[in-house]
Amino acid sequence: MDMKPTRDAFGEELVTLGKDNKNIVVFSGDLEDATRAEYFKHAYSERFFNLGIAEQDVVGTAAGMSSLGFVAFACSFAVFLTNRAYDMIRLDVCYNNTNVKIVCSHAGVTVGEDGASAQCLEDFAIMRVLPNIQVICPVDYIEAKKATRAIVNQKGPVYMRTGRAPFPIITKESDPFTIGQANVLRDGKDVTLIACGLMVYEALQAAQLLQKDGIQARVVNMHTIKPIDEAAIIDAVKKTGAVVTAEEHQIHGGLGSAVAEVLAKKSPAPLEMIAVNDVFGETGNPQELLKAYHLKDVDIVAAAKKVVKRK
Amino acid sequence: MSQRSVDMKDFKQKALSFRKEILEILNSAGSGHPGGSLSAVEIMISLYFYKMNHRPQDPHWNDRDRLIISKGHVTPVVYVTLANAGYFPKEELKTFRKFGSRLQGHVHFKVPGVEFNTGSLGHGLSVANGIALGARMLNKKFNTYCLLGDGELQEGSVWEAAMMASHHNIDHICAIVDYNKVQENGPVNDIKNLEPLAEKWRSFGWHTLEVDGHDFKSLIPALDEFDAIKQKPTVIIAHTVKGKGISFMEGKAAWHGKAPNKEQLQAALAELEASGTSQ
Repeated sequence: MDMKPTRDAFGEELVTLGKDNKNIVVFSGDLEDATRAEYFKHAYSERFFNLGIAEQDVVGTAAGMSSLGFVAFACSFAVFLTNRAYDMIRLDVCYNNTNVKIVCSHAGVTVGEDGASAQCLEDFAIMRVLPNIQVICPVDYIEAKKATRAIVNQKGPVYMRTGRAPFPIITKESDPFTIGQANVLRDGKDVTLIACGLMVYEALQAAQLLQKDGIQARVVNMHTIKPIDEAAIIDAVKKTGAVVTAEEHQIHGGLGSAVAEVLAKKSPAPLEMIAVNDVFGETGNPQELLKAYHLKDVDIVAAAKKVVKRK
Repeated sequence: MSQRSVDMKDFKQKALSFRKEILEILNSAGSGHPGGSLSAVEIMISLYFYKMNHRPQDPHWNDRDRLIISKGHVTPVVYVTLANAGYFPKEELKTFRKFGSRLQGHVHFKVPGVEFNTGSLGHGLSVANGIALGARMLNKKFNTYCLLGDGELQEGSVWEAAMMASHHNIDHICAIVDYNKVQENGPVNDIKNLEPLAEKWRSFGWHTLEVDGHDFKSLIPALDEFDAIKQKPTVIIAHTVKGKGISFMEGKAAWHGKAPNKEQLQAALAELEASGTSQ
């Protein structure tokens, strides 16, 4: 299976889009090498600004410039923009409803050896609570390109998480991508696995393992955490009666919580959540950390077996 | 580029009537920020009635000069200025801070003439820089102004932005610091000293001017000097008095965020009336 980081897709697609769309400008907090925004810098240096290690300034300046009709990207590590510059995202981007796209790499435990300070595990939670913003986490390289196109073609605030580690490529060019519309990757009648980002791959692996034990798992790629695809969740409950969510994020406030909100309000069903269990990460390679924090296919299998019994 | 001639008598009359209107709408709202509104009256008059290119009947005119109100709590002086400039009916000032009104407690872009929502301090200069840099990319000639509070300069984000404007040689931005020396809980320089303030701005690469922020004869030449400065941003440090014009409010932190009651309003209006006739 081909493996490529979603951050590469973002960087490459932005160069493609920037050729015709002269309104695209990119602001970086001196991490364009890591976020791949540097591809844009090399192609269109006059529309690229490294504002230094000053995340608040990155977001505020992007918001100001976007008010003149620019599509302004703000790029850094997920922790630095979503956490450090939160007030600027809340006020300058969301409250002012500016056309700013916050695209961050380095989220989840798969950031790896840099350790907990760089492993953003709370971005979905703190971004999705803000009005006006959409929250997206592409599943692979191909989908990340489509997502980059989609957020440029639509006005308004967006937060998009890309990954540092190479993710398995599981979608095809011909697969549809619409913001807010989940994709069913595998059908099943016993349980639905709803995942985003790298965890969709783990969910697909888990579905194969479950099949050996006679459990038919449906797998949903919930690439948009906000607005969450309520219809896809309700449909999943109707068809399978139980749900497991899986995300590289804290257990509180992320995809699992967003799904739980829909279940509780619209269609109650047993739910188990695979996520980082209210602790900070640590140093290690991505696979070691996925295992240590119980984010592997086998963990999803165990959760699925548990949730099926609760039906 | 100055657009208008200066009629000092008219400007002074405006300053007097704006102060009255500021106090009236604060009293009617029952809450709000008089201190930093009264200190910025002459600055706002100099911008809207002398310096800025703008069209009150066409608030979204592409080539207008922009003003970002970084000290977003001084809505009384902002709304009174915009209403008097013709952006919206003065009658609407009565709705200030009332439910359903456009005139939100902190500046909001649904009010014609307001460019950007603010209210959390330390945001405006980055936003203004973004606009100014964008204007340069689009080859637009308009200026961008930013009204900053003094206490706000304790926010680190202001200095991130200060560094950015000079690094990128943005010369069509003018920051104006309303240096009224008092913040919510006391004197600014007792709480966290800003001095030497002019030296700070100069060392950050800004063309730095100091003026008497209540004297049009001091403010207006500084705004004109800004036009001539190339390759670097300009800051005007306007020395002002918090609560200017009302003896019991002047220099008092207690009047940072408190509306006058009926008796206090009457006393304040009487004092302004008396000062007007003595001019």
